[in-house]
Amino acid sequence: MQIPDNLRYTSSHEWVSAPVDGMVTVGITDYAQDQLGDVVYVELPAVGAAVASGDPVAVVESVKTASDIYAPVSGSVEAVNEALHDAPEAINDSPYEGGWLFKVRLSDEAEPGSLLDAGGYQQAVEKEG
Amino acid sequence: MPYLPHSEEDVRRALETIGVESVDALFDELPASLRNPDIDLPPAMDETRLLAHLRSLAAHDRPEGPNFLGGGMRRHFIPSVTPHLALQSEFVTAYTPYQPEVAQGILQATFEYQTMMSELTGLAVSNASMYDGATATAEAALLAARQTRRERVLVSRGVHPETRAVLGTYLEALDIRIDTLDLETLATPVPMVDHDVACVIVQQPNFLGSLEAMPALTEAAHAAGALMVAVVDPLSLALLKPPGAYGADIAVGDGQTLGNPTAYGGPSFGFMVVASALLRQLPGRLVGETVDVDGRRAFVLTLQAREQHIRRSKAKSNICSNHQLTALMATVNLAALGPQGLREAAAGSVRQAHRLADRLRDEGADVAGEARFFNEFTLRTRRSGSDVRSALAERGVHAGVPVGSEYGLGNAVVLAATELVSDDDIEALVAALATVGELAGSGVGHG
Repeated sequence: MQIPDNLRYTSSHEWVSAPVDGMVTVGITDYAQDQLGDVVYVELPAVGAAVASGDPVAVVESVKTASDIYAPVSGSVEAVNEALHDAPEAINDSPYEGGWLFKVRLSDEAEPGSLLDAGGYQQAVEKEG
Repeated sequence: MPYLPHSEEDVRRALETIGVESVDALFDELPASLRNPDIDLPPAMDETRLLAHLRSLAAHDRPEGPNFLGGGMRRHFIPSVTPHLALQSEFVTAYTPYQPEVAQGILQATFEYQTMMSELTGLAVSNASMYDGATATAEAALLAARQTRRERVLVSRGVHPETRAVLGTYLEALDIRIDTLDLETLATPVPMVDHDVACVIVQQPNFLGSLEAMPALTEAAHAAGALMVAVVDPLSLALLKPPGAYGADIAVGDGQTLGNPTAYGGPSFGFMVVASALLRQLPGRLVGETVDVDGRRAFVLTLQAREQHIRRSKAKSNICSNHQLTALMATVNLAALGPQGLREAAAGSVRQAHRLADRLRDEGADVAGEARFFNEFTLRTRRSGSDVRSALAERGVHAGVPVGSEYGLGNAVVLAATELVSDDDIEALVAALATVGELAGSGVGHG
């Protein structure tokens, strides 16, 4: 199970990239995609939508279930990964790269700092396991 | 398939498990006055007396006689094979037996239904049916609002008034605004569609019977990024251009004209068929074809992650059931008639409706407008529509769905003819209208 050191995490298994010009990329973790199984469909938020951390903003549907994805940070949605509509399996194949979900312009640049680091997320997953 | 009721022991154990005293305690939330209201019923009859009583009630019905009633439900030919097959005991159940292990027959029949509805409408994906045409239309509006993330719908006044009433009930609670498009010369003018409109809803043929310019209306909707919802009589699609052919995104309607009797207004079923891009937004049950462990063809419910039992409050719709039996009637009927039989029924309806309109014009009646129509049209009348209907009924002719004042036509009724209407029936209606003073020489107003 990969948990890259350069990302931040939530206990609900979203990852957040380091901010670049006040913007972060969001996806689900390797652990999450493994638990979900083959992803067959993704429902993404609207570009321009305002999101608050903890809001359900996307849905990832696998052959087993459909799971809500929560906004890990507050801000506005700047972009969504349109490629997932045709190739949702990118979430399984490449959860931290090609399988990204959406980008958020942060309303508080410091907010990602309050999320779990790789070590903290590792512990959270072990607790769940 | 057998159904086993819960034994007293089952109930006792269930209550014990959840820690509730009695079944009644489960309904504590409801006011006591609503739980067991006093209903003033006569004493129970024995079977012999009950049958005699029911026969005497049934004798008040007058189902026979020339019938020109339309306005949403119409009498069409139903071959005897339809009820014979559809009413096999395996199919007649209030439950929806969808477990693939035991219900391959019903699942296959539903799959056939979906396939036929898809072919009829020219759209990719049909659900397993819905409750009726009105709720299917409301679900179409909700789908469009989800898909476009817009909160306003445009609905033609040509959509059946009862369908619009149900639409209003659904959308009011969701703060989705409804704007109504007035008719011009009995049909929907091509509107300016704003970019905040989720969908344009038009009925073809419309409530007054006229044919709508569906391609142009669809183009106007799409130009604004709105979806096009076509509310259609499925039987008409044997002759008219199917919604898929003019680019409509969603076809909905009531399926009664496919193999179901009018039965004083129901039960019938609704249908909903969508373009493939909307598959994930489609509410309701879907049956798919697959293979079992031995590689044999099998049928199962599919894409259930959209549904209430998985997604709870975030499901695409609260609809997780359908009108299986009446949809099955349609399936058997479509299979029995085939494309040719369906075309003949539709063509017979068109022919008789136009014959009736011509005869009425010959007699000086005010057949409203020059609009093209299918198997229904509007007749301006001297007295109110409901008075005309009652007067005709007294003469043994069933005709005349009143047209409401919202249409600005003055007194008017909708008349329908189907392939079951004979030339003699038409003469009987013409004669009855003359007798009740609704034809030329009787001073018909041209309001």
